[in-house]
Amino acid sequence: MRDSVGAAAGGSVILVDVRTPDDTPATPPGDPLPGMARTAELQVRLLDQNDRQAAANRVLLRGRGIRALNLVSSPGSGKTTLLERTLDALAGEIRCAVLVGDLETDNDARRLRREGLPVAQITTGGTCHLDASMVARGIAALPLEDVRLLFIENVGNLVCPASFDLGENRRITLLSCTEGEDKPLKYPPIFTSAHAVILNKIDVAAALGFDRAAALANIRRVAPLADVFELSARTGEGFDRWLAYLRGLL
Amino acid sequence: MHELGIAESALQVALTRATAAGATRVLGMVIRVGALSGVDPEALRFAFTAILPGTPAEGATLQIDSVAAVAYCPDCQQDFVPDTNHFFECPTCGRLSASVKQGRELDLVRLEIV
Repeated sequence: MRDSVGAAAGGSVILVDVRTPDDTPATPPGDPLPGMARTAELQVRLLDQNDRQAAANRVLLRGRGIRALNLVSSPGSGKTTLLERTLDALAGEIRCAVLVGDLETDNDARRLRREGLPVAQITTGGTCHLDASMVARGIAALPLEDVRLLFIENVGNLVCPASFDLGENRRITLLSCTEGEDKPLKYPPIFTSAHAVILNKIDVAAALGFDRAAALANIRRVAPLADVFELSARTGEGFDRWLAYLRGLL
Repeated sequence: MHELGIAESALQVALTRATAAGATRVLGMVIRVGALSGVDPEALRFAFTAILPGTPAEGATLQIDSVAAVAYCPDCQQDFVPDTNHFFECPTCGRLSASVKQGRELDLVRLEIV
């Protein structure tokens, strides 16, 4: 439709063309014109929500005088066996509590049941790691009176748990002699982020032809500042240093 | 595998910010991913294709800006770019460093909204 003002004779004509240019595609009702888009500059850390909850967990635990350890490893490295022996060794000396994360079942939590020991199983239902909000719910479910050490057994996974701060004071990564010496090189983030690395199952290292020196060198490369413990959770070999480390946290 | 949760977190932030800015649609997102963030860019991209349909960000373009790792050697007092992403061996003195200056980024940095 063309606005036009005509004049019978001698006058001027002003044309006001308000037609949409033909090359503009029809826009469905409610859809914005691409030309109207604007840019919003942000600086939002995507793990911010988790990190805030982790910080809140840390504050809550510190307020109760509790030190928390996040145990991470691949499935079958011996996290639960390590905890069984640790809990038995510290029984009557340091009051402990345990949170266990798994995709399904409460098998691990049942293995860890001890007289007077608060244990909670966090069933993630498929999520491959624990996050800070799951741990917050776990903490809320546990009776924590007089507890000094909280062990958090993460979901067995050597990848994803590395990215999620739970509010722990120490992250402990386990590597077992059945896994191969080069695991630290293949899955560096979970070792790089560890305060301590445990080389477990040293009782069977020789039978497996496991090269302990090579494994330790690989751990050192990716985690030069981490405390390293060589032990067997099954036989108890090397356990004294580990227990001394735990006592030193209090 | 955890890229899905991160994509969901990014979408939630994007939609919240878009609404707060009076926008109804998200047309594009720019995410900064550090080499040490533990996030695989392709897995992140795939996660977005799964969660965007049916949301106000359906069809949004996703730009992933990669950030290289930079470590610091306390002995030589200098930054360096490590040969690999996970062994921070100072090229000058050979010492292994645990100090990371850059590379852990995982940020939503820009939105195209309307």
